[in-house]
Amino acid sequence: MTMIFGIPLQALLGQLLIGLINGSFYALLSLGLAIIFGLLRVINFAHGAQYMLGAFIAWLLLSHLGIGYWPALILAPLIVGLIGAAIERTMLRRLYSLDPLYGLLFTFGLALTVEGTFRYLYGASGQPYATPALLTGGANLGFMFLPIYRGWAIAFSLFICLGTWLMIEKTKLGAYLRAATENPVLVQSFGINVPFLLTLTYGLGAALAALAGVLAAPIYQVSPLMGSNIIIVVFAVVVVGGMGSIMGAIVTGYLLGVAEGLTKVFYPEASNIVIFVIMAIVLLIRPAGLFGRDA
Amino acid sequence: MTLTLELEKQKERTPVVVQTVFLGVGLAVLVLAPLFFYPVFLMKLLCFALFACAFNLLLGYTGLLSFGHAAFFGGAAYFTAHTVKEWGLPPELGILAGVVGAAFLGAIIGFFAIRRQGIYFAMITLALAQMFYFFCLQAEFTRGEDGIQSVPRGHLFGVIDLSQSTNMYYFVLAVFVIGIIIIWRIINSPFGMILKSIRENETRAISLGYSVRNYKLAAFVMSATLTGLAGGLKALVFQFATLTDVGWQMSGEVILMTLLGGIGTLIGPLFGAALVVTLQNYLATSEFPVTIITGVVFMVCVLLFRRGIVGEFYNSRLGRKLGFEHRHSH
Repeated sequence: MTMIFGIPLQALLGQLLIGLINGSFYALLSLGLAIIFGLLRVINFAHGAQYMLGAFIAWLLLSHLGIGYWPALILAPLIVGLIGAAIERTMLRRLYSLDPLYGLLFTFGLALTVEGTFRYLYGASGQPYATPALLTGGANLGFMFLPIYRGWAIAFSLFICLGTWLMIEKTKLGAYLRAATENPVLVQSFGINVPFLLTLTYGLGAALAALAGVLAAPIYQVSPLMGSNIIIVVFAVVVVGGMGSIMGAIVTGYLLGVAEGLTKVFYPEASNIVIFVIMAIVLLIRPAGLFGRDA
Repeated sequence: MTLTLELEKQKERTPVVVQTVFLGVGLAVLVLAPLFFYPVFLMKLLCFALFACAFNLLLGYTGLLSFGHAAFFGGAAYFTAHTVKEWGLPPELGILAGVVGAAFLGAIIGFFAIRRQGIYFAMITLALAQMFYFFCLQAEFTRGEDGIQSVPRGHLFGVIDLSQSTNMYYFVLAVFVIGIIIIWRIINSPFGMILKSIRENETRAISLGYSVRNYKLAAFVMSATLTGLAGGLKALVFQFATLTDVGWQMSGEVILMTLLGGIGTLIGPLFGAALVVTLQNYLATSEFPVTIITGVVFMVCVLLFRRGIVGEFYNSRLGRKLGFEHRHSH
């Protein structure tokens, strides 16, 4: 068997794959956080809850209405996005004139409420979600065995990340968003409906989180706690990447996922703190973050 | 001219009288409380009140939102529990161990966190506290999921038997009062004034020549130290230390207590803590999860009730008549 640094190649690649999968979710979630923060100046603590909500809606659709994975992949983000937009419109909007810390506290309360409700209704244990028939099984790549669904999750999240990036960098709507990030008052004076852009952005961010949730459902168990477990790590990812750039958030997400996976091979005890350690090191060397513009 | 001066003097004098009356009544209530309430409940309340007041030193008076104070609270609880149970130290030294440990943790986490501001500060403290949580989960001395159980309360200074709940209550009350006096001294010192100036306008404080970073770090360590006092005390009251106290939910809880009571008021957090602890006790027997209520109260507070109970009182007609003035911090 091939060995690298005394580790079997199979084990190394296996953990690399898990790292890439985790990284896909870090990237999707930190991308949404960065988009929302860029325009609204709100750190969306409810991002983890929205991710959980996406997975749960997919599970509920399947178990109660028999609606499968593919429609859920569109329906769940749509529902969560609409809920997000409604929350922005009725409540979050009132906090823009205040210190950004209040936005963080409000969304924290929102996260607690959503998570508490689902825990109350469905208990803390996870629910399995079957892999869609089209994506079951695996492929033998010669050097390793790749479950098809995991390959799909990585490819699809990459596609969504790049698509979102293109949408923001290359389309007219993206140009409005970027302009409103720089100077909302000026953009409004050009006759662009900035309040609507804000609602749209929050909805879009929430929908991205829900999409990540649906994508995660067949891999991890669908549990009310899945969101709060991941959101703190994603915060660390965001501190490392800096929220100044969309691409920065995506790249950092994948990099840190892989770093976490590799740590599992070489020093398993440290695998759940490695991202925090990297965050501390980055804070020492480059306090603004790897891709950060704002100090 | 003299008249205005006289008036101003009077205006300044009134709150002192009023404050003394309030203080006297408050202390009397706390001293007599064990006659009416269950002592363990009161002790829990005072521990959390001290925790929230210490947290408020940072949020209310320096303008820094830490999302990681559970690390100091729960960390101190572990240190106190371990030194008292495994090393057989007396309770006062056990609490000292908790306080020193929390100060040490505060210095480390603060050192990293003050490198960024505002929202990033909150996220960094949260992430580092989570790292400490994982450390506690894996470390030997914390006993993982079980926690450190049946911690002896021992004899204070070798004389006072703390296993009696009345003795323990007055010990907790004394520590609480000392803690509040320390916080009051800090915020009314020249040092405290500089902290407030950082809260109001950090850039200006820098341009005035203050090394803002050092002041922030000092405030952070002081807040962590006093939090450690509350955490160590809590370990003795309940005679155990568990992972619950280091989890991020605990950091959220102390924020809620402070927000509910009144950010930037000296005794507001006491009321916030009283309300939250009472609510938890009330709901402990029912099926309904506390998290939902906590979350909703959080949202309502942020949307409609940002001054908190004491802040609203200070701002009410009665409060103003009594001569209180409260400037909102954010």
